[in-house]
Amino acid sequence: MRNPLSQTIVNIKPSGIRKFFDIASERKDTISLGVGEPDFDTPWHIRDEGIYSLEKGRTFYTSNSGLIELRTEICNYYSRRFGVTYDPKKETIITVGGSEAIDIAFRAMLDPGDEVIIPQPSYVSYEPCAILAGAKPVIIELKNEDDFRLTAKELEEAITDRTKILVLPFPNNPTGAIMEKEDLEKIAKICIEKDIFVLSDEIYAELTYKGDHVTVASIPGMRERTIVINGFSKAYAMTGWRLGYAAGPEEIITQMTKIHQFAIMCAPTTSQYAAVEALRNGDDDVLTMKKSYNQRRNFLMNAFREMGLPCFEPFGAFYVFPDIREFNMTSEEFAFALLDAQNLAVVPGTAFGDSGEGFLRISYAYSLEKLKIAMDRLAEFIGGLRN
Amino acid sequence: MREEILSFIEKNSRVDLKEIAVCLGMTEIDVANELAAMESEGIICGYHTLIDWDKVTDERIHALIEVRVTPQRGKGFDEIAERIYKYPEVQSTYLISGGYDLLVFMEGKTLKEISSFVSQKLSTLESVISTTTHFVLRKYKEQGTVLGRKNEDERMIMTP
Repeated sequence: MRNPLSQTIVNIKPSGIRKFFDIASERKDTISLGVGEPDFDTPWHIRDEGIYSLEKGRTFYTSNSGLIELRTEICNYYSRRFGVTYDPKKETIITVGGSEAIDIAFRAMLDPGDEVIIPQPSYVSYEPCAILAGAKPVIIELKNEDDFRLTAKELEEAITDRTKILVLPFPNNPTGAIMEKEDLEKIAKICIEKDIFVLSDEIYAELTYKGDHVTVASIPGMRERTIVINGFSKAYAMTGWRLGYAAGPEEIITQMTKIHQFAIMCAPTTSQYAAVEALRNGDDDVLTMKKSYNQRRNFLMNAFREMGLPCFEPFGAFYVFPDIREFNMTSEEFAFALLDAQNLAVVPGTAFGDSGEGFLRISYAYSLEKLKIAMDRLAEFIGGLRN
Repeated sequence: MREEILSFIEKNSRVDLKEIAVCLGMTEIDVANELAAMESEGIICGYHTLIDWDKVTDERIHALIEVRVTPQRGKGFDEIAERIYKYPEVQSTYLISGGYDLLVFMEGKTLKEISSFVSQKLSTLESVISTTTHFVLRKYKEQGTVLGRKNEDERMIMTP
């Protein structure tokens, strides 16, 4: 029999989290700080709208691009929160999570041989999605000493004649890094000069703890060359609803919609109705959750200081990214040993790219009670290593 | 600053000064001073424990009593409210707009205890016109907390 598989997909490495997940989930009484989703339930009024839409029998397909009410609310939201206006009819599309938006944006924009610049550590799907779109990923290794921000110099060095897209994954998973307006302006200048498009993954935009998120699309000259990716998972604790969106120039959205139309048809209708409610009446929920995350972030940073574990102060998302290089272990070795000794699961930084070596991703989408126990265990483990 | 401290301890008063200070980015001294000030100003009125007594064998009965009263000249409802809330079996007393005046929550060991309180103590007060007693059959949620449900973390142990 012939090989049934595509060589392209076979060559793609499975997610680095997988192996660890399998081992950690077999153990009992493990405390995990490994989850990349909110610990809150979706606010009840949002769930209630989803239920109501089912009661009303709204179980049909929506248009490929998604409910126009929802796209309108998204455009209102982007203009209200981040000062960028989009046309709901032509410049947005509702997707199955932010992940689908990333995939179809790449496929709509890339040809074989094109290069995509991906700063790492970052979310696991940019690199494989770029490869699946036939493009070549070019990795920039972000540095601890820059607080894991992307610098203009690093970007310039990575650009070639084939560079087409720069991925801007901020606020960042796994580091928690953000890019502020001045940082973005420098990057924008280069993108305009070199005629490069930007895919700005803003899924954590609501979760910043040092001023409001700034979208690169709001910088003059960038709106026309930026695809903004966002969604409901992190801000409204709606991960399981699988709902995201993209906003950007009509030309790109039109082609993305074509792929989406053939591959997906439309995002889940129930989720779309719930999301309308989230955008109309969910601002307070977002603030309450954000406040809670910030308290936990403060708690963890203090716990690290007390145990003498270096960690740059992250101002976004719900992750901290402590530096474990002093222990002369790889991130994986450290994470496995920690699991073994203390039954505490964290994600090795390398799950998010080679430049995550020497770091751990610790999520604070957990109650303070849980974080307290976890930090006691981590402190004990580190104390043992140092002796 | 006060509101931040209050909303932090509202759901869990069993946190130590250090934790409040760390999580809110304040100093322990500031937190301690604010707490003391708010206690003496009567902003913080107590640090109670929320108990689901149904889970304990100890029998307790709760009732809501709607009370219609004649307000007194110069004192309005305050004096009669005070006469009612001073009884230790009364847990809360609110002045209410609408069809009646005072809403009284009370606790007793038996139905009889509550009914005799209503008939002998409450109804006999001079300015009380009438009372309507409702017995609580089951408590689902109290002080924003759903009773009797344990929140398990059902998320997968690790996700990207």
